[in-house]
Amino acid sequence: MSTQVSVGTQLGTAGVEDTLDRPARRRSMDARRPPARKKLTRFLLNAAALIVFVCSVFPVYYMVNLAFTPNNKIVSRTPSLFPTDFTVSNFTTAWNREAAPGQTDFPHALGTTVTVTAGVLVVTLLVAFLASVALARFRFKGRRTFIVSVLVVQMIPGEAMMFTIYGMIDDWHLMNTLLGLGIVYTAAVIPFTIWTLRGFVAGVPADLEEAAMIDGCTKSQAFWKVTFPLLAPGLVSTGIFAFIQAWNEFTMALLLMSGYNLTLMPWLNAFQSSSVGGAVNWGAVMAGSTMIALPVIIFFLIVQGRMTGGLVSGAVKG
Amino acid sequence: MTSTTAAPTGAGPAPAPTAPERDALQRERHRRRRDARGGWGLLSPATIILAVMVGYPAVLMVIQSFTDFTVKNKVQGTLPDFIGLQNYIDLFTKSDFPAVLTRSLALMVVLTALIIVFGVLVAVLMTRLGRGWRITVSVGLLLAWAMPPLTATVVWGWIFDTQYGLVNWLLNTLTGTTNWTNHSWLLEPLSFYFVLVIIVVWQGIPFVAFTTYAGLGQVPGEVLEAASLDGASGLRRFRFIVFPYLRSILTVVLVLQIIWNLRIFTQVYSLQTRGGIAADTNVLGTYLFRQGVGEFGATAAIGVFMVILLLILSWGYVRTTLKEEEL
Repeated sequence: MSTQVSVGTQLGTAGVEDTLDRPARRRSMDARRPPARKKLTRFLLNAAALIVFVCSVFPVYYMVNLAFTPNNKIVSRTPSLFPTDFTVSNFTTAWNREAAPGQTDFPHALGTTVTVTAGVLVVTLLVAFLASVALARFRFKGRRTFIVSVLVVQMIPGEAMMFTIYGMIDDWHLMNTLLGLGIVYTAAVIPFTIWTLRGFVAGVPADLEEAAMIDGCTKSQAFWKVTFPLLAPGLVSTGIFAFIQAWNEFTMALLLMSGYNLTLMPWLNAFQSSSVGGAVNWGAVMAGSTMIALPVIIFFLIVQGRMTGGLVSGAVKG
Repeated sequence: MTSTTAAPTGAGPAPAPTAPERDALQRERHRRRRDARGGWGLLSPATIILAVMVGYPAVLMVIQSFTDFTVKNKVQGTLPDFIGLQNYIDLFTKSDFPAVLTRSLALMVVLTALIIVFGVLVAVLMTRLGRGWRITVSVGLLLAWAMPPLTATVVWGWIFDTQYGLVNWLLNTLTGTTNWTNHSWLLEPLSFYFVLVIIVVWQGIPFVAFTTYAGLGQVPGEVLEAASLDGASGLRRFRFIVFPYLRSILTVVLVLQIIWNLRIFTQVYSLQTRGGIAADTNVLGTYLFRQGVGEFGATAAIGVFMVILLLILSWGYVRTTLKEEEL
C-alpha cells in the first residue's frame, strides 16, 4: 500500500537527484565501446539535452524578457533577446490599469483569486482529509463503491456541464460571487485530492498507531500524535495541487464571473485584448503574465514531480 | 486488531460457538458497525459536495437534454416540453457539431502521439545523461510544465505574432527575404493548429517525461546488461526488456493524455481571441462555450455526449488503477 509515498519520493528524486544504480550500469556498458565513439555519443547526448533545455525554458525566459522591455522596444521589427532598456514600468502599468472600463484591475483580481483559492484550499483539504482517513483506515460496506465513484467523477469533464452548472449557480443567486466560484472549484478538485491523500494515509503503517495505543494512547490520540505529523508532506503537496488548479482555472471563471469580480486568468484574457489608451500594451501584458505565473512556478518547484505520483500511483508498482 | 480469530474455520459441521468465541464474534460485529458509522461519517462532507455539485447537475443535464429548455422558460418560469431525442438528432444533422467532433478527435490523436513519443524520448535521454545535465533538463521541463496554460498561450501567441513576432523575424533573417513580414499564423486553420500543437506539446512533454523516467528507474540493470552482453541492440533491448516494464505506466499516461487533449479549452480559446477564426478552429470545449447561455436543452445534449465519450475513453484508466491498487 505504500505505492503512493514511494512513487512520490521516487519522482521527487527523479526530478533532480541521482539514482544509484544507473550511472554504474552506464559506465560498464560504455566501457566496451571505443573511446572516440564514446566521446561522440556523449557529445550528441549533451547536445540533445541542451536543445531540450533551451526549448523548454525559452518561452518562459522570453516572457520575463519582454516584461522588462519598454513597450516601444517590444513593438519592433527586430526583436531583442534581452531587455536593452531595462524598465519596471510594465509592472506598474499592469498593476494599475484596469483591463477595460468598469472591469477589475490587477490588485483586485489578485485579491479575488487569493480569496477563492484560499477558501478552496482549506475546504478541500479538510473534506478530502476526512474522506481519505475513512478510506484508508476503516473497512465498511460501500467503501469500494465510493473509491470507484471518485475515480469516475475525476474523469467527468466539468466543462461539459458548464451551462447546467451555470443555471444551477444562477438559481442559487450565486452568479458572479466568490462563493459560487469557490463551490464549483472545490467540487472539481476534491476527487483528485481524496485519491492522492488516501495513498498518503495508507502509506503510514497502522502498526505505528497500534504501538502508540499499547503505550497508552487512545485511538484518536494515536492518530493525531503519530500518523498526522507523518502526513504533513502529503497535505502540502495535495494542497499545492488544489492551489494550482484553482489559480489556473479559466473556463468556469470566464463563464461565471464578470466586471469587477474577475479572477486573474479572465483578467489577463481581458487585458490582452483591451486597448485602453491606444493599442494593447504588450509589455504590461507580459508583466501581468509573469506576476500570475510566478506563484505557480514557485509552488511547482516545491512539489516537483510528486503530482504525477497521484495520477499514476496505480500503474507504478512500488 | 484482535488476537482471537473471529470466523470459525475448518471442515465439517460448524461447532457451536463457545463463550469466548461468541464474545469475539460480537466484538467483530461491533467493530464493523463502528467502522461503518465512522467511515461514512468521515465521508459525508465529500459525499454531499460531490452529490450536489457533480451528481445533481449530471442528472439535471441528462434530463434537460431531452427537453426544449431555453432561457425563455427560465425567465417566464414555464416548464419546458419533453422532446425526446430531438436535441441529439439536431446536433448530428443540423449543426456543425460532427465537424467539430472530427476536428477534436484528429487534434487529440496528433497531440497525444507527439507528446508521448517526445516524452518517452526525453525520458530515455535523461537516463543517459550525467548528473549536471540531467538536473538542467529537469529544471527546464519543470518550468515549461509550471506555466499556467493561459500565460503560456499569451507568450507563444506573441512569439508567433503577425507583425512583431519572433518567428516571422527569424524566418526573414534565415531566408534573407521579407516573405514572412506580416505573415499571419493564426488565420489559416491548419497553421492555427500548428501553433496550437506546439503550445500543447511543449507543456505536455514534461509530465510524460518525468513519469516515464520514474518507470525506467525500475528496469533492473543486470537484465539489460546481460542482454547487451548477449548482443541485443539498443532498440531490441528497449522493445523486449524496457517496454514491458513501462507498459502499465504508459497505458495510464496514454489514457490521461487522450482525455486531457480532448478536454483542451484554454489554449484554443485564447489563440482564437488572438486572431483565429473561431468557427473554423473550434474544438469540443470551445464549441460548447460559444453556444452561449440560452439554449439549455441543446447545450445539455452536447454535454451529455462529451461526458459519455470521455467516460468510455477513461474506462481503461479507472480499470487499470483499480486493478493495480490493492484496495
